[in-house]
This record gives sequence, C-alpha cells and structure tokens, in this order.
Amino acid sequence: MDFRLTADQEALRRGMRELLAARFGRQALRAAVDGAEQQQVVDGRLWRELGEAGLFALRAPQSAGGVGLGLPEAVLLFEEAGRALLPGPLVASHLAGGAGLVAGAADGSVVVTALEEEPRPDGGAAPLVEHLAAAGAVLALGEGYGTGAGEGCPVRVLVPGQLVAEPMRSVDPLSPLHRVRGLLPGQPPDDGGGTTGGGGGRLGGVSAEVLRGEAALLTAALQLGSACRTLELAVGYAREREQFGRPIGAFQAVQHLCAEMLVRSETARSVVYAAAVTADDEEISAAKLLADTAAVGNARDCLQVHGGMGFTWEADVHLHLKRAWLRAEQWRTAVAGEERLASALLQPICR
Amino acid sequence: MELAYTQEEEEFRARLRAWLAEVLPTLPSRPDPLDWPARRAYDMDWQRRLHDAGYAGLHWPKDAGGQGATPTQHLIFLEETEAAGAPYVGAGFVGLLHAGPTIAAEGTSRQRARWLPPILRGEEVWCQGFSEPDAGSDLAALRTRAVRDGDTYVVTGSKIWTSHAEVADWCELLVRTDPEAPRHRGISWLALPMDAPGVTVRPLRTLAGSREFAELFLDEVRVPVGNRVGAENDGWRVTMVTLSFERGTAFVGEVVACRRTLRLLARRAQQNGCWDDATVRRRLGRLHAEFSALWRLIQWNVSEAAHGLRQGGTGVPGVGGSVFKLRYSHARQELYETAAAVLGPASLELSQEWALERLSSLSYTIAAGTSQIQRNIVAERILGLPKGR
Ligand SMILES: Cc1cc2nc3c(=O)[nH]c(=O)nc-3n(C[C@H](O)[C@H](O)[C@H](O)COP(=O)(O)OP(=O)(O)OC[C@H]3O[C@@H](n4cnc5c(N)ncnc54)[C@H](O)[C@@H]3O)c2cc1C
Repeated sequence: MDFRLTADQEALRRGMRELLAARFGRQALRAAVDGAEQQQVVDGRLWRELGEAGLFALRAPQSAGGVGLGLPEAVLLFEEAGRALLPGPLVASHLAGGAGLVAGAADGSVVVTALEEEPRPDGGAAPLVEHLAAAGAVLALGEGYGTGAGEGCPVRVLVPGQLVAEPMRSVDPLSPLHRVRGLLPGQPPDDGGGTTGGGGGRLGGVSAEVLRGEAALLTAALQLGSACRTLELAVGYAREREQFGRPIGAFQAVQHLCAEMLVRSETARSVVYAAAVTADDEEISAAKLLADTAAVGNARDCLQVHGGMGFTWEADVHLHLKRAWLRAEQWRTAVAGEERLASALLQPICR
Repeated sequence: MELAYTQEEEEFRARLRAWLAEVLPTLPSRPDPLDWPARRAYDMDWQRRLHDAGYAGLHWPKDAGGQGATPTQHLIFLEETEAAGAPYVGAGFVGLLHAGPTIAAEGTSRQRARWLPPILRGEEVWCQGFSEPDAGSDLAALRTRAVRDGDTYVVTGSKIWTSHAEVADWCELLVRTDPEAPRHRGISWLALPMDAPGVTVRPLRTLAGSREFAELFLDEVRVPVGNRVGAENDGWRVTMVTLSFERGTAFVGEVVACRRTLRLLARRAQQNGCWDDATVRRRLGRLHAEFSALWRLIQWNVSEAAHGLRQGGTGVPGVGGSVFKLRYSHARQELYETAAAVLGPASLELSQEWALERLSSLSYTIAAGTSQIQRNIVAERILGLPKGR
C-alpha cells in the first residue's frame, strides 16, 4: 500500500494546473462571468484544447485513440478543473468521450451534457440540464435514482432538440440551466448509437449505473478542488487583511475557521482518492457526500473570512459557493448518498 | 495511489490472523472495567503473549527490541487485532506508545536495556505525568520542581489527570530543572519509580463513574539523575517525540471498532423501528461516510509516514495527525449521540450497551491536546497563519 501520488500522477496534475492557469486564469474566469449573459459560457476553442490535452479521452483505451488512464488520474484532473472553476459539462463530456458514446466527444469537438433523470409525466420535479445550448449531444442515464435499482436502466444518447426544455435563471452565472419537461421521440444519431442501448441498458458495453457512479465521483473531485481553492483564498486573505493593527489571521476565531476548512478538504480528499482507486459504489457515495460538504462549507467560511468583500460580486468566493451548491444537486445528492450508505450498513460484510 | 497491500504485507496479515485465531480462544475472561488491578493483569498477560509470538513493539526499531516493522505492517496489525476482537493495549498504552518510544529515541544504551524489555514483555506499566493543575493546554507552564542534590533530583509538586497511575510502576515525568530559563528550556524528562517514598496517588472519579485517572502528589521524592532521559533542560524537545506518537496511530483500532459499532447500530435501529425515521437513517449514512473517510485518512497518513521513514525520517505521522484527531474525536462523539438517538430513553440506562461509551467519548475532544489546541496547531503549522493571540 502506498496511497501517495506517483510521480506520473503528480506530473499529470501539474500539467493540468499549468494548462488551466494559462488558458483559464482569473482574468479569463472574470471575463467569462462578465460575458455570460451575452455569449456562450463554453468556449469551443478551449473545449477542443482540453480535448487535445486528453481530458475527455483520458480513460478511453489507447486502441481507440484514447489516453488509456484510469479513474485516479481523471480525479486529479477534475480536481484541478474544480479549483479553476472551469465551466462546462465536463463530467458528461468525459464520460461520453471515455466510453466512445458520442463521436467527437473525445477530442472536444462536440460538447456533451447529461440528463440524470427522466422527466416524469406525473408532474414530479422537472430534472435540470446544464449547458444545453452549447451541447451537441445529451447523455441520458435513466432513472432508478437513489434506489440502487439502476442496473437495468438504459444509457441513451439524445440530440438536444429532443428535450422539451425551458431555460431558467441559474444561480451560478457560469452554469446555464434548463428545466426539462418532456422528451420527444428521437431520430437515432448517425453513428447508429440508437436511443436505447442493447441488453441490460448497456450502450457500447457500459452500464448506466457505472456511469452514474463515475459521474458522482468526478463531481466530487470538482468539489474537492473548489474546497481546496476557497481554503487557499481564505488563508491568503487572512494573512494580508489587517484589523486592530494585525493580520486577521492572527485572530483565533479566524484561525479556527481556516483549520476546520483544512480538516474538511483533507478528509474529503482521502475518501475521493480512495474511491477513485477502488471504484466502489459505497465509497463513491461517501466521497460525494464529504466533498459536497467540504465545497459548500469551505466556500461559506471563505466568504465569512472575507467580510464585506466576501459579499461582493467582485470577489470569486460566491462563484465557488454557487457552483458548489449546483454540484451538490447533481448526481448523488446528500439524501441519495446518505440513504445508500445507510442501507449498505445492513449488508453483510465480506472480510 | 495504491491501496492494495503487497504480497509480503498480505502474508504478514495471514500469519497474524492465523495466530489470533489460535490464541484468542485461550484468553482468560475479560476483567471488570472498574477493577484496575485485574485490568492490569489482563493487559499485561496479553502483552506477554504478543511478545512470545514476536509481535511486541512491532513498530519499534529493532535495536530497541522491537520488530522494525513498516508503518503499513503496524497498520495491518492494529486493524487485524481489533477486527478479531483481541484485547486493546490498555494499561500498556503509555509504555508502548509514549514512554517506550521516547526512551528508544533519546535514552542511553543502559536506559534502553533497563526499561524497554519489561515494557515489551508486559512486566512493567508506565503512566504519563505531564499535566498539572495549572499546566494543561499550556504544558510548558509546568511547575513541578526538580532540584539537583548530588546524583539525585529532589522532586516536589503535583500532577493531575494521570491515567491509570494507581497501577503504574513508572511515570514519565516532566519537571522544571531551571526556573530561570525561558519556559521551554528549563524542563527535563525523568523516569519516576511510582513506589518511591513521597509519591502519593489519589484516584479521581470520571464523569463515567470510573477511576481512569489520578492526581499525583510529589513530596521531596528522590529520583536518581541516571533516570533522566535526554540532557538536563532538554525535556521539551524529548517530549515532543512522544506527543507525535500519541496522535499517530493510536486511534487505528478504535476506528475499526467504530465501523463495527455503526453496523450494529443500524441493525438495532432496524429491530426497534427507528430505521423508519429518515433522519436517523441519514445520520447513520453520514456516519458511514465519515468513518470510511477516517479510515482512508489513516492510510494516507501512514503512507506519508512510511515514505518519511524511507527518506530517513522518524516514521512518526506529523501534523496530519492533528487533522485526523480533530475529525475523529468529533465523529466518535457523533457516533454515540446517534446511538442514543437510536436507543431513545433506553440510552439513559447505564447498563445499556453504548451508554458508557457515550460518556467516555466526551473526553476525546479534550485529552491528548484539546480540539482548540489542535486547531491552533493546524492554523499555525500547516496553514502558516500568524501566531495567534
Ligand atoms: C481522559 C483523560 C485522560 C488524560 N490522561 C492524561 C495523562 O495520562 N497524563 C497527562 O499528563 N495528562 C492527561 N490528561 C490531561 C489532558 O492532556 C489535558 O486535560 C488537556 O491537555 C487540557 O488541559 P486542561 O484540562 O488543563 O484544560 P485547559 O488547558 O484549562 O483548557 C480549558 C479550555 O480552554 C481551552 N483553551 C486552553 N488554551 C487555549 C488556547 N491557547 N486557545 C484556545 N483555547 C484554549 C481548551 O481548549 C479547553 O476548552 C488527560 C485528560 C483526559 C480528559
């Protein structure tokens, strides 16, 4: 056992951090926020560059032109994306690219978003889809939400026009959302993927349940990155900002907020990384739950440490908080995760 | 990021399991938790068996009589012994986890030969005399005086919260040897024989009703200078070696036990109908996440420690231990609060399972450095914030 990152993993992470610093640094982030109402949030050129860098083809086998790496490496890259607040349907595009579900997803020429749940005719809460306008395809991963009974649910690839959807005002300026009211019967896409996958809800050999788990894990990695970033922002500000003639970071009340932020992010990190190694569904639930808590909790404490500045549009804190709220509602939510983890306690353990 | 154990590590685990399966059925029955002499005898008997089977001082260096096992093997040992329901280190705690490692690291060869073998063989019990009535979190404020008189120190003062002092043979004692020096530079580390004239032990009753710790009164106790480990006035540095051991792997077995308790608790909730209450289920589910993460955090810290050791370091988990302790002590308290929620009014009955654990869990945010002190450490030493006030 050696839980630490390998030298290759460190290098991969560093590469992603450098790429994002160069291509989506703070200025680009703020420019995206400023322009969000007029233009597309997803920058097609950047998306293709991310594709070239292997973000979407990371786990596709080398024989299929992919990078051939695994979930641990994917988690490290997504952590970096979360730090940088990189907008776009990263998780869905990565899943589609890795499993070869949508032509063009792997190299970033097609943006893929996801529909987690079927809209219900009975008027149940309408599911949300992010970045629908930018998407060339929608990965529909069926229902069976939170019940653990998802084995047989279908993996489908839809064209965006099949969604009967209305835009809504999203809390996160960089994550436009649509509410989905219904689905139109679709034309099978050209690549012959069809609407419904073959036996057991599998399309291209992947099960919806596995993809849902991976989506939860990668979302947890994004949350982890954000939690680490807000900790850094808080500590940086606490060192600089002075009141009562000393840096506010010398006040114990502020120190203890920051210490708890580190406890949250390091605890989440250990279980997110472990879930990436084991790909165990129970552990993925734990990872998503603790990463959600860390991202939301750290963003809120970071806001508090920033005082009035934290309440401004100008500080980046609110962007982290809003994205963290949004991701907490995606894939395994707290209710779903806690229920799964509770049921797992009743299962016999094999030692 | 490799969580699988090597073949060597798995072989170690298999041997250990086989031995545990053989030895555990032959143990005497568990002592009454209120009967300290019986507990001491039981814990020492277990230590003796570990010793005879070659498992004593697993993580101690070979030249100190230990097995020189890697931090990962030590982790496996703690995991397996707890999972098999083997006895806990108990009265051997201070000897094996504080005093012993300190002597191993800082003692002379004579001191090592005198004190280490009896710890490993389960013959001598140590206690820790650090805290004083006016020196708790601020340990460096300690005032117990040791005045040199030829080749002995004459020690006068008092200690408090000394765990299992009533059954200890030795006490690792922090004393002030230079009252004029800056606080951290006038302290020395002494091995105090508990039967020396002038030592009085007055047990204190904990809120759980048990006698876990005691007050220690020292009235002109004569301690040979040869019992000092490390240089005179260098005791603070010597002590820091000990304290980081405490926050290292001390809680591994407990985390394994908490995970088992959580499963039992879920079953109990199912039996008594609590399970239908979504708030209880969700609380249990979150605790499941919490303890899964704590286990991974341990593996993370152990991997770091093992790496440090390979690089020539001490193999002692560093400040990462503070992060773990903060989260764990809180999670443990939440576990037993949830147990009380599952039991309902039955939790008010002390003979109920988990009622005593609920009480004893309250000490976790205080003992071995309070949560506030751990946060200070995290803020200043990990995050590099300016020194607090
Ligand atoms: C079950 C148990 C077993 C123990 N066993 C031993 C033993 O075997 N040997 C031994 O030597 N000691 C032992 N202790 C003592 C333990 O180490 C101390 O209780 C602990 O260090 C706190 O000291 P204190 O009790 O004097 O509390 P204090 O230091 O008086 O603290 C009181 C409160 O003030 C807070 N506080 C203090 N200083 C600060 C600060 N700088 N910043 C923020 N908050 C602060 C604390 O967090 C706490 O909430 C044991 C304690 C317990 C509970």
